[in-house]
Amino acid sequence: MTKTLKDLEEVTIRFAGDSGDGMQLTGMQFTSTTALLGNDLSTLPDYPAEIRAPAGTLFGVSGFQIHFGSTEINTPGDSCDVLVAMNPAALKVNLRSLRDGGIIIANRDGFSAKNLKLAGYETNPIEDESLSKYQLHSVDITKLTHNALQELGLSTKIVERSKNFFALGMMYWMFTRPMEPTIKWIHEKFKKTPELVEANIRVLKAGYAFGETTEIFGARYSVKPATLSAGKYRSLTGNEAIAWGLIAASVKSGLELFLGSYPITPASDILHELSKHKNFRVKTFQAEDEIAGITSAIGASYGGAIGVTTTSGPGLALKTEAMGLAVMLELPLVICDVQRGGPSTGLPTKTEQADLLQAVHGRNSEAPIPVIAASTPADCFTAAFEAVRIAVKYMTPVILLSDGYLGNGAEPWQIPDAASLPDISPKFRTDPQGFQPYMRDEKTLSRPWALPGTPGLEHRIGGLEKEHITGNVSYDPENHEFMVKMRQAKVDRIAEDIPPASVYGEKEGELLVIGWGGTFGAIRTAVETKRSQGKSVSHLHLRYLNPFQKNVGSILTSFKKILVPELNLGQLSQLLRAKYLIDAHHYGKVQGLPFRAIEIESKIDELLT
Amino acid sequence: MNLLIDEILKKSEAAPVQKYTSKDFQSDQDVRWCPGCGDYSILAQVQRVIPDLNIPRHKLVFISGIGCSSRFPYYMDTYGFHGIHGRAAAIASGLKIARPDLSVWVATGDGDGLSIGGNHLIHTCRRNIDIKILLFNNQIYGLTKGQYSPTSEFGKVTKSSPYGSVDHPFNPLLVSLGAEASFVARSLDRDPKHLQSVIRRAAEHKGTAFVEIYQNCNVFNDGAFFQFTEKETKEENVLYLEHGKPMVFGKDRDKGIKLEGFTPTVVKLGDGKHSLEDLIVHNEKDTMLSFILARMSNIETLPRPVGVVYAVQRPSYEMEMGRQIQEALQKQGEGDLEKLLNHGETWTIK
Repeated sequence: MTKTLKDLEEVTIRFAGDSGDGMQLTGMQFTSTTALLGNDLSTLPDYPAEIRAPAGTLFGVSGFQIHFGSTEINTPGDSCDVLVAMNPAALKVNLRSLRDGGIIIANRDGFSAKNLKLAGYETNPIEDESLSKYQLHSVDITKLTHNALQELGLSTKIVERSKNFFALGMMYWMFTRPMEPTIKWIHEKFKKTPELVEANIRVLKAGYAFGETTEIFGARYSVKPATLSAGKYRSLTGNEAIAWGLIAASVKSGLELFLGSYPITPASDILHELSKHKNFRVKTFQAEDEIAGITSAIGASYGGAIGVTTTSGPGLALKTEAMGLAVMLELPLVICDVQRGGPSTGLPTKTEQADLLQAVHGRNSEAPIPVIAASTPADCFTAAFEAVRIAVKYMTPVILLSDGYLGNGAEPWQIPDAASLPDISPKFRTDPQGFQPYMRDEKTLSRPWALPGTPGLEHRIGGLEKEHITGNVSYDPENHEFMVKMRQAKVDRIAEDIPPASVYGEKEGELLVIGWGGTFGAIRTAVETKRSQGKSVSHLHLRYLNPFQKNVGSILTSFKKILVPELNLGQLSQLLRAKYLIDAHHYGKVQGLPFRAIEIESKIDELLT
Repeated sequence: MNLLIDEILKKSEAAPVQKYTSKDFQSDQDVRWCPGCGDYSILAQVQRVIPDLNIPRHKLVFISGIGCSSRFPYYMDTYGFHGIHGRAAAIASGLKIARPDLSVWVATGDGDGLSIGGNHLIHTCRRNIDIKILLFNNQIYGLTKGQYSPTSEFGKVTKSSPYGSVDHPFNPLLVSLGAEASFVARSLDRDPKHLQSVIRRAAEHKGTAFVEIYQNCNVFNDGAFFQFTEKETKEENVLYLEHGKPMVFGKDRDKGIKLEGFTPTVVKLGDGKHSLEDLIVHNEKDTMLSFILARMSNIETLPRPVGVVYAVQRPSYEMEMGRQIQEALQKQGEGDLEKLLNHGETWTIK
């Protein structure tokens, strides 16, 4: 039969199944292939905290959403157009994210009596009429996988493990993607077990062929390449981007990179990535705890490396005292916080932006630390690079905020020319003549970086209050106040050294939506939509949270209303209100999930009526 | 890759070798320990030994946490780092890994090293990072003015334990041996010669060297170790360990330690029943023996062993890391940023 080929501007697909069903792998394969075709895209993995949650349960469902298109894509998609559900639990958990009229591809074999019961279905939803507002396609994925592998004589376990490739094959057919990149990947990935290479490729092809021959699918779709600016691209997750940004900063500065880190979700991938790159002389130290992670990094910075520690919210809390030490010592240090749902252990695998106040204020006494935030997965590269630049130039710890959504999410990244990245030019003090540990550079107010091993510069530093210039321990009241103000002034001065904030849309008007971090995509999409409807709304997204850029105040006063969407109870809005005395409208969401653009659009509508 | 640090390393190596005296290591800071504190002696012995080690002053780093002992770096005219409570071993680990060329020392106490910083201490030992840890054990919290510490004896009456402490104490030697330290020793503040020899041995050891130093706090715990340090009693109560020598002690060197099964017991030499041949011969490389010796501290009727309890060689952490980096450099060549950013799957948009 001939099937119609329809052109789509953008599509969102969600793969969902048991955490052991390989949905993350399936999603990632679909993503790389789609990226190779030149679509713009954004992804959102959504997986349980349990490594292998009991099969068939609601809390064991693992999902991967990809939004791709021929236009600019800023978010993983508010709702999905296609839901691939490998079992009833996956259907139940994800149905609410499927748009009305959307396509469900259900693995009929997964809807056994036992699985239906585990998911809490009294009757089988793919057989009763409950899904009638969707286009439901039930496919015997497990059975068809068995058929495809019949002759190979493999164990049932191995056969059933490859069924995700059947689903992937079907999706490749439906969205006119080539199988070759995945076939190549399978060869590489399973090269040690040739029978898996054979099995997975067969199943992938069987899925594709099923799409071709079955009569249940009436149409297939094509999505033209996006008009991204010319250049070379790759797909990159936020955590990889942080690791590479740090390596790039190491190369550009000529400083060795030292990472002291304790594994924690969702930041561990930065440790994994950096531990691979020994030929960049990266030293990764898996510390015994979060405190050793940061204090070892401080020790390394003292020795002349770029000390970095990576963590998530609970770990940041544990590092608090050591951050204060770094403030006192005035040594460069980068602290990456890949935020997750909290408080306490909270929602380890879910995203949130609720560590902002912890980052800005969370230390004993007056301990100012510059805070910067990445806004998209690929932007993590630039943000990490910038964190190192500031840390080294101002001899200060810097907190870099990312979040679980950015860390695990991926998007196409236009690969920069390595040679064109800006230089970072740190200086080690070598001249003993006139050396004092706490003398200061007039412009940056930073103290000299004097390394052990340098003849003639022997000196002592520590956490006790320092006397101005000499660095000797001092309990003098006036000196203490002077030094507290000096450390603050040094951080404030960074505002002189960063580009001004730039507004998307008109520079003045009815409404400014101001955000920070991983909400960039949702806010930008919402603002674009509203602007295309003729609304007077602009977007400002902050990279620098401490200090703010110098022009932020004047931007805020150029709009009648200010909306601050955040994945918390109003942390940036609190900072803005405190500093600029403006009436910022907070709009929060704390569900462990990113904003949907439509949520922000409704809020914009509300404020503009 | 052009490393900025190379310039420092070059200068560091090129500096003319000097002959130092102990005075060269005295900083210009006023020493602020209580008069009569055992810390003075430890400082003096370190300053006496260091000139003999042929380590240039600019390559020495003393790192500490918080507590009386942790003031130590201020008084050494070397590089010094007064950290935060308990974290000296972790700070030192990061420094030594980043800079294997430096000689890194940690000054800590029973509270700093075994209570708040216990975790870092044990993990440093097992990793065998090449740092020297001097743990000043005075069995009391001095700087906070007299609470019991993790090495205070059970039942000890202090400000925070008016009815006697119900905490069972740590045995620092057993902690470090249990944590897989490759060098474990004990010495005493009031035995300068012995302390110097132990510090020298620790300095020469390649790997984590853990040294417990009995230190008198004359304000809050005066005399805690007098039976091991005072002339009248020490010979009868201390067993000086010497590698390859039988374990003899006593004022008249008339007693020895013999193993009955796994239990060390005191025997009288020349009583017609026992001779030198019956005694344990100290072997620093014997793991089992090291635990027995460390355990002796818990048995009141036995003399207290001091000296090098255990010393074996195994690769240090930072050497292993350096080896992996060298291997990666040989195999893959110097890291190329352009290559890194462009490796794997990429696509071009025209």
